[in-house]
Amino acid sequence: MPHPSTGRRARRARRSRVAWIGWLFALPAVVMYATFVLRPLLLTVQYSFYDWNGIGSSTWVGLANYGRLVTDPELFATIGHAFELILFFSLIPVLLGLFVAATIRGIARSRLATVARTVLFLPQVIPLVAAGIMWSWLLSSTGLANELLSAVGLGRLTRAWLGEFGTALPAVGIIGAWVLVGLCTLLLLAGMSKIDPALYEAARLDGAGPVREFASITLPSLRQEIGVCVTVTVIAALASFDIVYIATQGGPGNSTMVPGLEIYYLAFSEREVGMASALAVALVILVLACVIPLQRFARDAR
Amino acid sequence: MIVSRREVMTGRVLLVLLMAVTVIPFVSLFVTALHPAGTYPSGLSWPENPQWGNFADAFRVAKMGQLLLSSGLIVLGVVPISLLLGTMAGFAFGHLRVPGHKIGFVVFLLGLTLPFEGIITPLYYQIRDMGLLNTRWAIILPLIGLFMPFSVVWMRAHFVTMPDEVSEAARIDGAGTWQLFWRVHLPLATPALSSLAILLFLWTWNQFLLAIVLVDDPAKRTMAGALGAFQGQWGTDIPLLCAGALLILVPTLSIFLIFQRRFVAALLQGSIKG
Repeated sequence: MPHPSTGRRARRARRSRVAWIGWLFALPAVVMYATFVLRPLLLTVQYSFYDWNGIGSSTWVGLANYGRLVTDPELFATIGHAFELILFFSLIPVLLGLFVAATIRGIARSRLATVARTVLFLPQVIPLVAAGIMWSWLLSSTGLANELLSAVGLGRLTRAWLGEFGTALPAVGIIGAWVLVGLCTLLLLAGMSKIDPALYEAARLDGAGPVREFASITLPSLRQEIGVCVTVTVIAALASFDIVYIATQGGPGNSTMVPGLEIYYLAFSEREVGMASALAVALVILVLACVIPLQRFARDAR
Repeated sequence: MIVSRREVMTGRVLLVLLMAVTVIPFVSLFVTALHPAGTYPSGLSWPENPQWGNFADAFRVAKMGQLLLSSGLIVLGVVPISLLLGTMAGFAFGHLRVPGHKIGFVVFLLGLTLPFEGIITPLYYQIRDMGLLNTRWAIILPLIGLFMPFSVVWMRAHFVTMPDEVSEAARIDGAGTWQLFWRVHLPLATPALSSLAILLFLWTWNQFLLAIVLVDDPAKRTMAGALGAFQGQWGTDIPLLCAGALLILVPTLSIFLIFQRRFVAALLQGSIKG
């Protein structure tokens, strides 16, 4: 520490006086957080061990709800769907974002890129509900997607994308990809602008092409930004609710049912509060199990 | 920077393509909204007779005036209080470094990734027992709690960068801790605060799950929640639905376009810290 030791001693003495009073500053935040987040979170864990319809008395059932979660194919499938959505919510935006950002790196300061910064952010600003409504219409049987297919001679592929078993989940995934690709592109582009241009100059002088440049300079330098993109998008995929609720309500059948929506239906339509809570606990753990290793990965970069 | 002309061209083409893909859904929404109510227009066709009246109809049937007021009240309830509480706690953890501040911080950090679905069930019963179901408080109070992790982490990140000397000087002038916070540190935190305010506004306005679970009356919900109800009611009248959806987007979109620089910066920083 660069300060002289007298200053430090004085500071320490003052700090101990101020010390506990300081908690008064944190207290209101702690109270709100404890009342509206921590308490419900603990109650979710407690409810998950009971069979309760939300009105009458509840019965202790131990781990039975969790047992049902892994044995009931319909419930377990929701978790599978969430992971399938990761392919669309995370993989497509991150790969596409990397590709686009690397390609437009050279023109990052042009006027076009400035406009793009605003345009690509539009999906982040609107409610996901609105994205769901727009895309339900685009992907409907008379929507733009099918019209484009017919226009290029692929008319036999047209269908109600959100209404058929085979295509509904990928179609929901595409909506998520649309929402997240702009954010990922701009995050990665911002990361790239921090890379020392001298590295690229040197690579060019050594005769490296764009591909080589990307693999040996861009990608390694972006570890932290990639970590952020993957974290944000994986959480969006696992905890997806708004888009699915609007676009498919989990259907057709249960083909797009995700944990968030299933929790909602179980708790508020089917009155299986215990089961809903067990699934909620599983979802929270699942998110943490995905996010913590990702954070480790991103932090190691520094 | 050495960039070949061909790379510049591919870059431009790619960027324009990506922008087109981003914008087309908005265009489609707009064009569809102009078709006669009750029809099923196809694709991106411009109507022969644009029905600008659809917007007026949607404004009326969606009770847009009420919705704006309701969302505005909710934002006014959530954002200032969240900012204040988050800043105070961030100050305590990041600058005062109260005893046990590391543990306190980690407890908030853990809440950062919590999906709202994880607590929605008990939250419903808790709000019911507090007698707040179907009031705007049912959205406001839980949202403040749910925003605390991000607000505290965000503001703490600002306060750890403030040098101790700032406080030393104020202390020598006889400032108490509260004065130190209110007179010295709060004004210095304005940039961090305004970015946080933008993010909290956006997340409140667009909040859907809490609105549909805790408030039945769409006129007391957030904009996103109201849009959900609007879709349920008018989902079969595509042009009207599109007009309504567009109207609901107007407030956020216009605020975004006015403050776009701050917004983009805030959203980028927001995802990095989040």
